Amino acid sequence: MSRIGVFVCHCGTNIAATVDCEAVRDYAATLPNVVHAEDNKYTCSDPGQAKIKEAIEKYDLDRIVVAACSPAMHELTWRNLLSQTKINPYMLEVANLREQCSWVHTDYDEATAKAKELVRMAVAKVDRNVPLFTQQIPVNKRALVVGGGIAGMQAALDIADAGYQVTIVEREATIGGKMPKLDKTFPTMDCSACICTPKMSETGNHPNITVKTLSEVEKVDGYVGNFQVTIREHAKYVDYDKCTGCGLCSTKCPNKRIPNEWNELMDTRPAIYKPFEQAVPSKPVIDPEHCTMLTRGKCGLCAKVCPTGAINYEDVDKVTTETYGAVVLATGYDLIKWQDIYPEYGGGAYPDVIDGLHFERLVNASGPTEGHILRPSDGKEPKSVVIIKCVGSRDPNKGRAYCSRACCMYGAKHAHQYLDKVKDGRCYVFYMDVRTPGRRYDEFYMQAKNDGALYLRGRVSKIYKEGDHLVVLGNDTIMGENVQVDADMVVVETAMVPSAKSRETAMLFGVQCDEDGWITEAHPKLRPVETASRGIYLAGAAQGPKDIPDTVAQAGAAASKVIGMFSHDTLDSEPQISHVDVSKCSGCGQCVPICPYGALSLQQVTLRENSVKVTRQVCEVNSALCQGCGACTVACRPGALDLLGFTDEEIMREVDALCQW
Amino acid sequence: MSVVEQTDQTAGTAASEEFRPKILAFTCRWCTYTGADLAGLNRMKYPADIHLLRVPCSGRVNPQYVLEALQRGADGVLVCGCHPGDCHYATGNYYAKRRMMIFKRELEFIGLEPDRFQIKWISGAEAGKFRDTATAFCERIRELGPIGDDFKLEPSLGASVMGKGPKQAPAADAVAADAADAHEEGR
Repeated sequence: MSRIGVFVCHCGTNIAATVDCEAVRDYAATLPNVVHAEDNKYTCSDPGQAKIKEAIEKYDLDRIVVAACSPAMHELTWRNLLSQTKINPYMLEVANLREQCSWVHTDYDEATAKAKELVRMAVAKVDRNVPLFTQQIPVNKRALVVGGGIAGMQAALDIADAGYQVTIVEREATIGGKMPKLDKTFPTMDCSACICTPKMSETGNHPNITVKTLSEVEKVDGYVGNFQVTIREHAKYVDYDKCTGCGLCSTKCPNKRIPNEWNELMDTRPAIYKPFEQAVPSKPVIDPEHCTMLTRGKCGLCAKVCPTGAINYEDVDKVTTETYGAVVLATGYDLIKWQDIYPEYGGGAYPDVIDGLHFERLVNASGPTEGHILRPSDGKEPKSVVIIKCVGSRDPNKGRAYCSRACCMYGAKHAHQYLDKVKDGRCYVFYMDVRTPGRRYDEFYMQAKNDGALYLRGRVSKIYKEGDHLVVLGNDTIMGENVQVDADMVVVETAMVPSAKSRETAMLFGVQCDEDGWITEAHPKLRPVETASRGIYLAGAAQGPKDIPDTVAQAGAAASKVIGMFSHDTLDSEPQISHVDVSKCSGCGQCVPICPYGALSLQQVTLRENSVKVTRQVCEVNSALCQGCGACTVACRPGALDLLGFTDEEIMREVDALCQW
Repeated sequence: MSVVEQTDQTAGTAASEEFRPKILAFTCRWCTYTGADLAGLNRMKYPADIHLLRVPCSGRVNPQYVLEALQRGADGVLVCGCHPGDCHYATGNYYAKRRMMIFKRELEFIGLEPDRFQIKWISGAEAGKFRDTATAFCERIRELGPIGDDFKLEPSLGASVMGKGPKQAPAADAVAADAADAHEEGR
């Protein structure tokens, strides 16, 4: 006979407003094997927890049910509490009376009835719970950072400075991400490259950091502390051990007419190139799509001029598998392809309608115009510029429903930069709302207005070409009238969206994305840099639109989580795993291929069956590899496999409690 | 509000006025259970007939649970997990999908109204989809009315189908003993 204690939480009024907690308590006390039931205003508070401890002693409880909020919220709290008592932490069930009862139902009687049923199910299950024990799994103290933008670099540097080895996997030919493309950063207007490129070189030169560029994660196996990650490093056709980065190859390359992605296709680059001057590693790669030696076997000029013989046209992809203890996902963002969804803005047909990153390159001293603002179509200085905010953001019909957070600030920055460089220019900003929360942010916006930027509250309905300029039709909702602005250039401040392959990367690591494709954190408030998968952390815009200060702060937070994990030599394994009853196992092996972790294997064992020694084949669970999904248990024909913590019996008791008790 | 009103209207007929269906949803803890929690955080409303049973993965749900739940008196059963490709355990929901699709046909073959057993993929972010699914399912079960007595098993018979009757209690102790041994060895 078990001795169950039930603790019903009011959660202030969160539960008590819709559920009669006293009635639930009294009902719980009548359930089989329940020896004590009580209610409490806040069970998770210190006094609430102390009352549970007291009751365990006083009533000699051997298992408890807490009827409170979601187990996602406080299951760990109760487990930690139980670990300080005589009860095993797994002799616990949580009835979710808040998220799945009081908050979603309005009728007091119905909600109370359902609360009783939920408590009944939890009591039925806990009655069959057995003590579970963790095992120690070793921690491989090396971290993998996916993405080498400012978030990835910051996380890598922080982890590396703590003395641990870090590998950065970056898809592009250089680390740095989007930040070194920017001209200046708000609100301080310090030069973006001047603060980003030193970080890049620090990252590239750090003794504890290995940078793998042109690389992608291909496969992930293993579990927290022991992720086996397969990385494909695409062929660079340049031997980085020999290359000195002199740049002679790029100057001699005859094919120099390739659109330059770094400058948003506004100028050209050679087929053997460094993305930009301060790239890290500061060595070139060959673009295999455009190199005539690689496509047609003709040319070979770069190999001839290379003083160190570093060019290798026979280079192939390098695939390596290494073990890491923790992973930081910093996959960043892209700008939404506004051309596909805003045909009324020209849909990309007008070269003088550009996005924010284009503008950054135009105004950047290292950009194609050396920092002179010249419009792309004819290279003239635009005397009138229209900036349109929220293009794709806050537009659930055409783009995304969310606010992209940084655009109000960089819109103000663009207005400020334009008015600073073109003294006789006029700048109009169409906005829906101006959102500038942050230190010195609103002051910066007011400064842009004082500089002469004319803010018009309303959406733009159409842009069309008339002669050599663009006509912008919009609405000024404050004046209540339609407006028409003749513009030489239009800058659309577009929504941030998850980077192209971030969903695939998330799937490789088994972490979830939300409906927009941003990687989801474990808890929006309490665990913002962790994912639901243990040992996988988040940094920067992979999780949602962010500006640079927030990105750097979050990267530091993710790094500190990794360092915290690495401060232990071992971790507790998950005890809710599969378990084989060898006396029932027939050794058929049906379960073995189902396990995605390779945790099941067939072993020869000697057993005593009916007083006879028998040696036969049975299934064995590797408790370090098993993650506790339970897929194998369903495939087991003799019913020998069961999942501890969610056994057949426990689940059926819950079903029975609902349907038959 | 509309959710509650709607369900009240659908329960308008005299016979079903007092019928409060017992609806069970096997939900994966990573996606659908989280999505249901999010629906709670957003104070969305849905009928109180649905009860979530938390499992680690939809792949953990043995089709026999569904059969037995229906036989023991559940009026409708939902199995919910992560979207295909999003499984926390990489492949669990693919197994669930294949098993449940075949099993659904079997249930139909033995005479169950197909709508009493449904399989849905709801992510941790899809609170609205959870609310809509729960609401629609509860409404449908109210329309269908109580599950027929033909389908129900005697309680004692039901308990023995899984071979997990009350007399299995020693097995649980054996598991505990094994686990304790393993723990001792670990030390």
